[in-house]
Amino acid sequence: MPESVLFWIMGPLAVIAALGMLLVKKAVHSALLLAWVMITLAFFYIAQGALFLGIVQVVVYTGAVMMLFLFILMLVGVDASDSLTETIRGLRPIAITAAIGFGGLMVSLIGRATLGRESVGLEEANAAGNVQGLAYLLFSTYVFPFEVVSALLITAAIGAMVLAHHQREVPRSTQRDLSEQRFRSGSLATAAGLPGPGVFARHNAVDVPALLPDGTPAPASISETLRSRGDMRDSAQYQLDQIKTEVPEEK
Amino acid sequence: MSNAELIATDPGWIILVKGLLVFATCVVLTLLAIWAERRIVARMQERPGPNRVGPLGLLQSLSDGVKLALKEDLIPAAADKVIFIIAPIISATTCFMAFAVIPVTGPVTLFGHETVMQMTDIPVGVLYVLAVASVGVYGIVLAGWSSGSTYPLLGGLRSSAQVISYEVAMGLSLVSVFIYSGSMSTSDIVAAQGKWWYAVVLFPSFVIYAISMVGETNRAPFDLAEAEGELVGGFHTEYSSLKFALFFLAEYVNIVGVSALATTLFLGGYHAPPGLGFTESWLGGWFTAIWFFVKVAAFFFLFVWLRGTLPRMRYDQFMQFGWKVLIPVSLFWILVVATLRLLSQQGTSRTGLLIFSGIVVAIVMFANVAFDNAKQKKKNTPRPTLSKPDFAVPELPSKGSDRV
Repeated sequence: MPESVLFWIMGPLAVIAALGMLLVKKAVHSALLLAWVMITLAFFYIAQGALFLGIVQVVVYTGAVMMLFLFILMLVGVDASDSLTETIRGLRPIAITAAIGFGGLMVSLIGRATLGRESVGLEEANAAGNVQGLAYLLFSTYVFPFEVVSALLITAAIGAMVLAHHQREVPRSTQRDLSEQRFRSGSLATAAGLPGPGVFARHNAVDVPALLPDGTPAPASISETLRSRGDMRDSAQYQLDQIKTEVPEEK
Repeated sequence: MSNAELIATDPGWIILVKGLLVFATCVVLTLLAIWAERRIVARMQERPGPNRVGPLGLLQSLSDGVKLALKEDLIPAAADKVIFIIAPIISATTCFMAFAVIPVTGPVTLFGHETVMQMTDIPVGVLYVLAVASVGVYGIVLAGWSSGSTYPLLGGLRSSAQVISYEVAMGLSLVSVFIYSGSMSTSDIVAAQGKWWYAVVLFPSFVIYAISMVGETNRAPFDLAEAEGELVGGFHTEYSSLKFALFFLAEYVNIVGVSALATTLFLGGYHAPPGLGFTESWLGGWFTAIWFFVKVAAFFFLFVWLRGTLPRMRYDQFMQFGWKVLIPVSLFWILVVATLRLLSQQGTSRTGLLIFSGIVVAIVMFANVAFDNAKQKKKNTPRPTLSKPDFAVPELPSKGSDRV
């Protein structure tokens, strides 16, 4: 009874989300709805007594796979909706063939598992505990297919890594290397940023160039606009020995 | 009767009461945790901390909460409205769910009904906690994306990368606990620690878990997702009012959650520390809850201590640490634990075990020496000398040196 209540609440929600996944415009919304479908599937698994499968479904699919999906989608663009132009030629027929092939595979798999076989029943299957029963099957009867699938997955992962990999010709520069490079590149701008204008404690207007440690004015401290307009004063007039110290300072 | 059997006899209203208790405890703990964190950090920085509202400033977080709730609730024009609202809800609901499988007490009597303070006991309880945590990341990621602004997006991406990487290390550190206790249910793991805590037996796993739980909760020194120096506030920059409060709540409930899981898996859960076992029957068994919360509080103090001590890590170093140090080390440790477990189950003699541990120690030492050598070699390679820069440079005290 509780199972059918759950089914009639979650089932329609899952179907609506699955349809929405195909119909919404933004890729992120679509990914989210897919995540929701996966979570509802996990609910169904748990309600059917496949506790381990349900939890793993959430950890692996919702937690890791969908999250990576979302990650990539977000990198692609914040508000970009899907463009419907085909970037790879013949993508549509390939996709349709793959979908039909996958569907056929699923139907044949489910058919092989259900048609002409008596179900053992949950009680017997979970006799030694759900996790233990699953582990026993995976590592005894089905150990070869299990290993083949894992080898396939590893091959795919290595393939992706090979495709994305590129050989570094020079070692990656560290933070220290970069810092040294900036200082030794010969430009003040990259070393420590451009200096601010003004002669410290004498005149700090924007049109007075700052003085470098050796006493020469630093033109880089004046903004480009003022420089090209010629609105630049000589900072030498604000040097200590240029100012008449006899004049009493204003109070 | 085991925990699972006791829980199976619970009538519906007891489950409801337990759910309410979990919720109330978490919210009150959050208020206390915020206060405690501010006071402890203040003490570490030699200032008083909040001390105006209520005795010792205890009501400070309550008044802050009221203030937060009364603030204007802004939704940016560029935001994706629906997801912007859903994101904090996901964060705040998932963080509570982990507590459903945490055993807080041993057998106690609640309103005349014998039970344990644990809502449900499923055979894959620890995996369930991981699953819920992985759904919780959606809150952060979606908040970052839906804000329609650059800093939140960067914060959200950072945190998703971070939480995924550290969840791997966390999951791997739990494997050795599963191997040793022979179960993934929280109550069984607590029961299996009757003699020795796993923090002692499986010390490397404990260390790896402790590091990755800090990474998982986005706390200092791993709080790169909300690095205020570079990302303003990270994923919650655009949030205000109650929605922000929900993220705030989720962060602290998550901290309590991972601490509670660490207590359950490594510190013997609700059991008393060795030698104090007689206290477990005090107050009709309710005293075990005190031990549980003492251990959780110890972990929370660790969190605050870390925040008060360590500077934030650089992002690439942090990811490198996760993938190149934590994960390989935990994989190696799983190999060692699994082999040891198998050897002891097959009744290998003491000498056999000693030889095996000798081999492991030798491997570790060899790896350590090789690592040190590589580091030394890198350090000893001479740096290229470059010409003097042509901008003015002040004279250095040592004449003739061309280093800046």
